[in-house]
Amino acid sequence: MARPTKEERKISIMTKALELFSKEGFYQTTMPTIAEKIGMSVGNLYNYFTSKEMLAKDLILYIANILGEEIRAINESGVGTQEKIEAIVHMYFRVAKDRPETIEYFLRVYLSNREVFQNCCEGMICVSAFVTEMMIFFEEGVRCGELRDQDFFSAFGLFMGYLGGMVFIHGENILPKPLEEYEHTIAENIYYALKTR
Amino acid sequence: MPSKPAKVIWLQGITCNGNTHSFLNDPSLGALLESIEFIHHPILPCKKTLKELVKKLPKSDILIFEGAYRADFERAGVKMETLLVTLASKTKHIIALGSCASFGGIFKEASPEHISGILFDKESESGPLQTLRKKVITLSGCPIHPKWLSFVLDMIVQGKKITLDEYRRPKELYGYLVHNGCLRNEYFEWKVDSDHFGTKEGCLYYAQGCQGPFTHGSCNKILWNEVSSKTRAGTPCVGCTEPSYPRTELFSTKTYMSIPAEMPLGIPKRSYLALAGAAKSFHIKRLEGKLIDDNA
Repeated sequence: MARPTKEERKISIMTKALELFSKEGFYQTTMPTIAEKIGMSVGNLYNYFTSKEMLAKDLILYIANILGEEIRAINESGVGTQEKIEAIVHMYFRVAKDRPETIEYFLRVYLSNREVFQNCCEGMICVSAFVTEMMIFFEEGVRCGELRDQDFFSAFGLFMGYLGGMVFIHGENILPKPLEEYEHTIAENIYYALKTR
Repeated sequence: MPSKPAKVIWLQGITCNGNTHSFLNDPSLGALLESIEFIHHPILPCKKTLKELVKKLPKSDILIFEGAYRADFERAGVKMETLLVTLASKTKHIIALGSCASFGGIFKEASPEHISGILFDKESESGPLQTLRKKVITLSGCPIHPKWLSFVLDMIVQGKKITLDEYRRPKELYGYLVHNGCLRNEYFEWKVDSDHFGTKEGCLYYAQGCQGPFTHGSCNKILWNEVSSKTRAGTPCVGCTEPSYPRTELFSTKTYMSIPAEMPLGIPKRSYLALAGAAKSFHIKRLEGKLIDDNA
């Protein structure tokens, strides 16, 4: 069997770290714990990531790129704004279901431990791939007359706050029904809240 | 230097005289008048008055046309369709001087169907001098910078080749954007806005509609009165050298959900938004404070 490449090792570290960070939290998870879980010496782990903060930064970049690419495909699909909203909601809940650690990390580590990211992920830098696609979604929605013109963050907060909140309470096992059963009504609510009047 | 001064006719269409007055502020006017001679000029001493000019329309080396064109607009009792086209056919070089002569400008707003520039009607090359287009040099601007005119006159007198852009504007003068050389470029790059006119600090694009990133012209390279420009004085560029001038709502940037409707020339939207988002993430104290703190 061929030895894994450095890039492959890096991805396996990130995958395990993502799981640990999202489950245990940033501060509870240590570099020795991560090294132990993947069967690597701590010294060797530092060959791949110079600090826990740098690992945390690479993880948020990785997640933002995944979500950004998904939304970019929706933006370029040529469907109308309402269909795009349906598709974004569906995508977000699918990722939350199939890869819950990604959304958990976003909500419970990145948004909850801002101090960790302040020196390497100022503002929106590390989530730029995702936010840029959301900007393009909103801009095109307003340009074609389907969405109401307003401050970007008012609309962005409504959209992503709603999705994040639903995934959060789903993670707390509060929702009586599976997440996907809420998709359509959530998408409809978002559309009616944002559309032109 | 040619032994004889070039013979120049300065003809006015529908105009506010802005370019005439701008030209009088050129410090090199005295030297220039040694190499050109006005057969007719509306203000400067010259051989013929307008009435004398129209009696027998003379040949010339350079015809400068200032103002917007309307076929039935008269000067000294002669309709412009006759006056302009005849003088243009008897000259070697034609200069469309100012935004009105270039694209229709402000006066076109009064009668969009009947008023145009002499070669262009906004972006369309459908003015009365289409058949003479090769003679035409466009010097757009409201008004033009006096040195742009003296530069072009000097180039013609010297027999030098003038490279032109798609609107027949000299690239030496219009190859730049007004954004080039703007002292506020660093504010633009880091997305630090100015919130009112007249400040030394901040970018004038987002809150005040500065057209510098879209407008071809060397206003920040060849300074007005040799010291200033609109953006240096704290006023946004209004895009007066472009065929789209005048646009409405001069002092605001059209946005969709806070995102500029137009990207700076040649920048893809996705790339611009990613860069702008990153730039906005930084707080640079040096750029957020006053350049000169009166209370320090």
